[in-house]
Amino acid sequence: MEAKLNMKTKRKFLWKEIKKNKHNYILMAPYVILFMTFTIVPVFMSLGISFTYYNLLESPRFIGLDNYTNLLLNDDVFVIAIKNTLILAVVTGPVSYMLAFVFAWLINELKPKLRAFMTLIFYAPSISGNAFLIWLLIFSGDVHGYANAFLLKMGIVDNPILWLKDPTYMLGVIILVQLWLSLGVSFLAFIAGLQSVDKTLYEAGAIDGIRNRWQELWFITLPSMKPQLLFGAVMQITTSLAIAEVSMQLVGFPSIQYAGHTIVTHLIDYGSTRFNLGYASAIATLLFIIMMSANLFVRSILRKVGE
Amino acid sequence: MQQIIKQIKSRKYRKTKRLNRSRTGDITLFLILALFGVFSAFPLIMTASNAFKPLDELFLFPPRLLPRNITFDNFRDLSELISNSWIPFSRYFFNTIMITVLGTVGHVLIASMCAYPLAKYKFPGRNLIFTLVVYSLMFAPQVTATPNYIIVSRLGLVDNPAAIILPAIASSLGLYLMKQFMQQIPDELIDCAKIDGASEYRIFFQIVMPLVKPAWLTLIILLFQRLWITDGGSFIFSEELKPVSYALRQIAQGTIERAGTIAAVSFIMMIVPVTFFIFSQAKIVETFSHSGMK
Repeated sequence: MEAKLNMKTKRKFLWKEIKKNKHNYILMAPYVILFMTFTIVPVFMSLGISFTYYNLLESPRFIGLDNYTNLLLNDDVFVIAIKNTLILAVVTGPVSYMLAFVFAWLINELKPKLRAFMTLIFYAPSISGNAFLIWLLIFSGDVHGYANAFLLKMGIVDNPILWLKDPTYMLGVIILVQLWLSLGVSFLAFIAGLQSVDKTLYEAGAIDGIRNRWQELWFITLPSMKPQLLFGAVMQITTSLAIAEVSMQLVGFPSIQYAGHTIVTHLIDYGSTRFNLGYASAIATLLFIIMMSANLFVRSILRKVGE
Repeated sequence: MQQIIKQIKSRKYRKTKRLNRSRTGDITLFLILALFGVFSAFPLIMTASNAFKPLDELFLFPPRLLPRNITFDNFRDLSELISNSWIPFSRYFFNTIMITVLGTVGHVLIASMCAYPLAKYKFPGRNLIFTLVVYSLMFAPQVTATPNYIIVSRLGLVDNPAAIILPAIASSLGLYLMKQFMQQIPDELIDCAKIDGASEYRIFFQIVMPLVKPAWLTLIILLFQRLWITDGGSFIFSEELKPVSYALRQIAQGTIERAGTIAAVSFIMMIVPVTFFIFSQAKIVETFSHSGMK
């Protein structure tokens, strides 16, 4: 009886709270509706559709785990896609994360004007739209490509290398270009974070016996920037597992021997080209699981830094 | 680089020597910075200068950093190439500009409206929504591409710019940054306005919004760069509604002879967001100092 009453008062109280905050809900409504429609609901839809055969014309037909078994056991191209995605992510993720931090850290020591200039230089590639297509010219497979012309002139190679068509080099080129593009949001977060570290901590540290910049970095700077480091990690992990655009534009789609094929290009292949939406959703769901677990795993490690 | 060396050499520098910095360390680290700076800037400089090079200069080796004979041929070829199709090139640009402006303005307004209560009030559902937003940062938008297509087609928005604009407005990174930034607005300010009898909506539009202008710029650049290069994907198939990026891809599929034209379009696509960033950099960096995550 008492519990029931409690529930009742609780509900009454909750309703009162909601009414009191009416204006908050009204302000939030447009965003929340769009966010739910285009981000949250699709995650669950994707999971649901992944158990069906669906081509957009006929209504979806339930086929259980068939998509997943086909994907994991019978799809050789998916195996290549996973392998490439992991190589790209394991290389570009940590490397770009560290580069973003190291450059932000070095830039932070410069005078304000030079600092702004260097920030622009490193950040510009990530907002330059299609400018990465210049790499098509740099890695062009004929003697006119800058990379080939350079190697030929130096006498390192005798024949031009087909950078974008030879599977030996394709992943390497994608990694290089992706790294060039990767100093984005997390780089800015690191720059901002470094600027907001309490300066008196450094003076106190010097008195307490910190002798060089490395000790200073490890004992003062990194621990004070933990929130930015976590944010940057999320950004970098998500981007590095979703590489597709650079691959499609540089080495083609589908690429020769699928050497530039990633999970996302596989998803695009089945979703937009073949209209096998059930299968595409199974790929998307697996990608979702990979991204979430990578993020949560790295987050749990980074949280322990300095504790 | 020379400036740095001069700085290091000058006596003034030595007098105001910072704590825990050795000069050799400074020089090595700044050499590294300069080297990677060149790596970062070179392709962009080449893109810009190639746009103004005649074709014969494009394939010179070593490539010239600056064109010897500046020419606008590439831009002329570009407009010719595209006016041969039945859509004038200006149409593609108009489509891109419309998508970018509507999406960006909508995002700044709608995400800020949502960020304000999340940052400043406690109410049922607040934590749930913010947690969902943080988790949504952890997966790329490609994950939801397929269901998004179904939703868009059910809403009857296929072949309508809204199919690109609406999902962009709900981008979660912008909301996250805006909410973090709004948290530093002092509560007293809002309380004062309340005592003066301002309504919640007035407080938001007249007090909070002007205070978070640095965050506006950040949200603008993030969404701008995303929408500016959109090619319409599978959402837009009418030729007259396609954005510039799509047209560029069609040209880029030609081979190396098109290098000049590609450079011309790339230059146009690049210069707009980069210029915007140059003028708003300080404010944008300020926003990111509140970007931290727990």
